[in-house]
Amino acid sequence: MPVLRGVDLRIDPGEVVGIIGPNGSGKSTLLRILATLLKPSVGQAEVLGARIGSSGILAARKRIALLGHHPGLWGELTLIENLTFVARLAGAGTERADLALELVGLGGAKQRRADHSSHGMQRRVEFARVLLTQPDLLLLDEAHAGLDKAAQALVEAAVGDVKKRGGGAVLVSHEPDRMLPLVNVTYQLEGGTLLGRKEMR
Amino acid sequence: MRVGGFWQQAKEIARKDLLVEGRAGEALYITIPFGAVALMLIPLAIGTDRPLLAQVGPGMFLAVSLLFGMLVAFRQTAADTPPQQELLTLLGTDPAAKFVGRAATSTLLLVVFEIVLVPVTILLYNPGRIPGWPWLILVLAMLASGLALVGTLAGSVTAGLRTRNTLTPLLVAPLSMPLLLGSAQVVEALKQEQSILLWITLLATMNLALAVIGVVTARPLEESSR
Repeated sequence: MPVLRGVDLRIDPGEVVGIIGPNGSGKSTLLRILATLLKPSVGQAEVLGARIGSSGILAARKRIALLGHHPGLWGELTLIENLTFVARLAGAGTERADLALELVGLGGAKQRRADHSSHGMQRRVEFARVLLTQPDLLLLDEAHAGLDKAAQALVEAAVGDVKKRGGGAVLVSHEPDRMLPLVNVTYQLEGGTLLGRKEMR
Repeated sequence: MRVGGFWQQAKEIARKDLLVEGRAGEALYITIPFGAVALMLIPLAIGTDRPLLAQVGPGMFLAVSLLFGMLVAFRQTAADTPPQQELLTLLGTDPAAKFVGRAATSTLLLVVFEIVLVPVTILLYNPGRIPGWPWLILVLAMLASGLALVGTLAGSVTAGLRTRNTLTPLLVAPLSMPLLLGSAQVVEALKQEQSILLWITLLATMNLALAVIGVVTARPLEESSR
């Protein structure tokens, strides 16, 4: 049974798109297609100039960051070890990992193991990763979930940073209130169908 | 942004896996001691027939290495969760580098496993001095790397499957047989003071074939597991 039907979506550089829909409407599936982690069973998807399934997608992937429901951290590693590992793989320089953790307010918790850290702290590490890797396409799934008020500013900062560099961002949520101030365009997704484009001020 | 080269990525994966394993202790503190205990239980079952123990000692060592080595090779700490896999993919990590890094970690752990098991075997089974025993160091290294490659390859094949825990041993067991056969035959040939070239070649060929298959299939296996 298809999760998405007839989705036609274009995201231009510098654009921040919000996708609103109830649970099970296909938001996360759409986000995973945009992250090139899923290939649509029919139709085509092109991300950062590379068609999903083509060999060019490997280069495009390095320019994408996806922040999903569960942080991609290794529980046995400390927060700084998690970030340093990412920095080394991304060729981003390990000294920037320290700075990124400071910027998200975790400077004092660097040596804490990820599995001994709260969900909110783990989410902050994900934002530190975004600062570190500087993606051109930022994909946020329920970005505000599990974040306290202070940490919610990180969503705004991360989106603003990508936008400033000419990249794009897609935010999906079933609670649009906190997301709407950040986006230029919204779409309503219901039953796997995009219902309409709405320009925001 | 510059992305680390193949060997750099493999090194980072291996380093991370070793750190995770060192803290989780799944292989070091659970599987390895239990393997040593298994080796201790066999003399209790056989009795105090010293010549028999000396005769079966090397074989028991290899069988325990193989069976418990499988557990080391596909330990949980060698399997990333879906969010971790996705992160590695979006960081542009080469699946082949992941394969190499992971196999290197398993090889190292298996070598540690063998180092623990060798004195236990000598102490309990007293197999006597085997002529040309330094060759066994090479054999144990090839057994460790072969098992690590089989386990990592099986882990790649079954990644994302719900039946992973059931299917992986079924894949690993038959693929490991040539490694067991080759290692056992080297021990026998050394005891008989015969040529070991054929069996060393078998072990080396198995290692090479598994490494090539693992590297070549890493990307298609990863893409198909989504």
